[in-house]
Amino acid sequence: MSADLEQFYEIFFEESSELLADMEACLLRLDVNSPDLEDLNAIFRAAHSIKGGAGTFGFTDMTETTHMLETLLDKLRKGELEVRIEMIDAFLKAGDVIKEQLAAHRGEGQADPATATAICEELKRLSDDTQVTPKEIKVVSHTETSVVSQKKMNDTDHTSLESVDLLKPSHTYIIEFSDYGMSDTASQNLFANLKQLGVLEVNALKNEKELCSLRLITSNCEEDVWETLAFVVDPAKLTIEEISSKSTSIPIPEDKTVDAIDTDEKSLCDQDVTKISKIVTTPDYGFFPEAPAAPKEMGDHEINENLQLQKISNNNREEQIASSKSSSKTNVASTSGEASSIRVSIEKVDQMINLVGELVITQAMLAQTASQFDPVVFEKLHSGMNQLERNTRDLQESVMSIRMMPISFVFSRYPRVVRDLASKLSKRVELKTVGENTELDKGLIEKIADPLTHLVRNSLDHGIEMPEKRIAAGKPAQGTITLRAFHQGGSIVIEVSDDGAGLNRGKILEKARERGLSVHDGMTDQEVWLLIFEAGFSTAEAITDVSGRGVGMDVVKRNIQSIGGRIDIESKFGVETRISIRLPLTLAILDGLSVAVGDQMFIVPLNYITESLQPNISDVKTVSGRGRVVQVRGEYLPVIALHEIFNLRSNVTAVNEGILVILEAEGHKAALFVDDLIGQHQVVIKSLESNYRRVQGVSGATIMGDGKVALILDAAALVLASQQEIV
Amino acid sequence: MAKTILAVDDSASIRQMVSFTLKGAGYEVIEAVDGQDALDKANIHKVNLVLTDINMPRMDGLKLLELLRKLSDYKTIPILMLTTESGDEIKAKSRAAGATGWLVKPFDPKRLLEVINKVIG
Repeated sequence: MSADLEQFYEIFFEESSELLADMEACLLRLDVNSPDLEDLNAIFRAAHSIKGGAGTFGFTDMTETTHMLETLLDKLRKGELEVRIEMIDAFLKAGDVIKEQLAAHRGEGQADPATATAICEELKRLSDDTQVTPKEIKVVSHTETSVVSQKKMNDTDHTSLESVDLLKPSHTYIIEFSDYGMSDTASQNLFANLKQLGVLEVNALKNEKELCSLRLITSNCEEDVWETLAFVVDPAKLTIEEISSKSTSIPIPEDKTVDAIDTDEKSLCDQDVTKISKIVTTPDYGFFPEAPAAPKEMGDHEINENLQLQKISNNNREEQIASSKSSSKTNVASTSGEASSIRVSIEKVDQMINLVGELVITQAMLAQTASQFDPVVFEKLHSGMNQLERNTRDLQESVMSIRMMPISFVFSRYPRVVRDLASKLSKRVELKTVGENTELDKGLIEKIADPLTHLVRNSLDHGIEMPEKRIAAGKPAQGTITLRAFHQGGSIVIEVSDDGAGLNRGKILEKARERGLSVHDGMTDQEVWLLIFEAGFSTAEAITDVSGRGVGMDVVKRNIQSIGGRIDIESKFGVETRISIRLPLTLAILDGLSVAVGDQMFIVPLNYITESLQPNISDVKTVSGRGRVVQVRGEYLPVIALHEIFNLRSNVTAVNEGILVILEAEGHKAALFVDDLIGQHQVVIKSLESNYRRVQGVSGATIMGDGKVALILDAAALVLASQQEIV
Repeated sequence: MAKTILAVDDSASIRQMVSFTLKGAGYEVIEAVDGQDALDKANIHKVNLVLTDINMPRMDGLKLLELLRKLSDYKTIPILMLTTESGDEIKAKSRAAGATGWLVKPFDPKRLLEVINKVIG
């Protein structure tokens, strides 16, 4: 059977991860003082669903942990216990443990059984709320059934909880019944139920002439025992006899009975099916004796219940009619939820994106060929080509949108990070998130998470001050970290800002000199701030285990750059720090301007271009030893001559004969000198590194409509290189 | 004609497992994600058996059971409660609301088929 189940593992893993994330989100927004019942229910359901799945797919460690979680949550949502902050902590920890277990089942890493046991005990302690002594825990063995029974004991039956109390007066019952036709699991379940009431001795096991004789020592009254049994055993064949009442301690149950049952369980699969059908109930499934609509015999209790039910149903009838009338409408709404989405492996999507990329190239080739035909004679061909171009573009956009995910996937992990870290550092911090629905390519989402985590931790550790210090500085004791995501031009900007201490210019410069970096007092703030991204740079006075070792910020910068992003810092000493990351919308497609240099074509990413112009010869000046600059509206910009950088032969060498494309990156501007502008294209980026090797000043390549390869310029790198020449 | 089963569970993995198992045995399966969804689908499709989880968002299995039993098409159709809660309380409630039987989670596909076949096979 397990082989059959394996095919559902992956969906279970994904589902559980989502449920865990939901659970965590609910937990974090839960107000301890006035918990929202809906949230508690949602958290409970998440734990419950994971438990159900884990049980079905045989991940017993997860079942146990989620079970303890569920038990406590159930009490909370029923109002039996008050929510306390330590419970939330325990829930979060339990969530982490389950995550670990999940990862272990996925084959990623190892789950530590000790932490699982620890959290289970912690949850148990919280849910038992000081009423349970260690001895009682012993009564519960490690099998799944007894875990369930323990839960029931906690949930519903206070008298049974007391029954385990060793000092309570107890009754001893001799229970005899015919277990004809009862399966082994049925008896096992029954024994487990009885064990909740007290201590059970099995005198005669079923094989001996179909009469089962049990001895039960319990503080419960006979009715309780009767109720437990009546559900499984035909009352006509049941006798319960009390032999004595005494107030002695209850012996710990012998393990023998458990063992006997365990071995019996193995024969379960061979059970004769027809034999099972004769009896009223079996432990893991069963049918109610009477026909659903027409109950024949009912006890008083049941009649009352039924009458009540009828009353309720009368009340509900109108409502129900209304709901069935509107059902056709609601159906549309309900299917728009989960039912209307499908899970597809990311490889399939990537393959599709690749193919669409190829299609775009083919379309461009066709368009180029078609343009050679006379539009008057081949009118239909041309209108067809136009339509093809539109459709290709639409197709491309919709395919790309498949990969897009809201940034909330990343943002949602930070409430937890901030909460944990803030309590560790005893700081008070509020996390605000803005623009969570901003969509980002899935590949970027994955790669942005780590650098962003680092920035958030840094803000918390170095940015936000201790509450006393904040109050002294006239700020509210609680600091604020804001995560913001928004579109700007062709890119996505993600900002991490805090209202903390801000960056200290003097300190950074001092530190930089210590490290032997080339700095001078005339540097702009912007340049000074960027120094913190240098390797081995940290101005933290004390190294904490959170951050401050100076490893990281350089890694952050590298990570961001590797996905084509840029990082900027704004800071005001004592007021705030704002770090913004600018990312391309997607990794696969780029809007670019094609420019010609000699017989080569290059693509300049459109989002770096501010304008293009043909300069007057008088505006171009040569600075001795530093190359040329051009004056554009009073501003001198370095001129980057592409033919010089790539060593190309070009007929256009005088700046006033060609065209200057003004680029802006990281706050700097430069003028790119090219022969001519060709046109605007949407190009499919092909990695140069994976097909050839990294080339300075080039970020990738693409295939043009005529089949030629054009290099995509790394505009940011070119601008920065030109700045260094100037400085 | 193949018999149709309405399988209701908020857990996608359980739903898929149930659906796969039952389809493999020649049943038609309609999936629903919660009680409300199931009720809507029950109104549209003709179903031979309903298999429902109990603890679900929006509308739980017991409420679904109660409402289904009021629909003329669902007065006598077998409704099985699929649940992790083997508690007697839940069983009593299911019984009072007119459930045909129950099946305790976790269960394996073999056991599921065994029960289903017994009811409508």
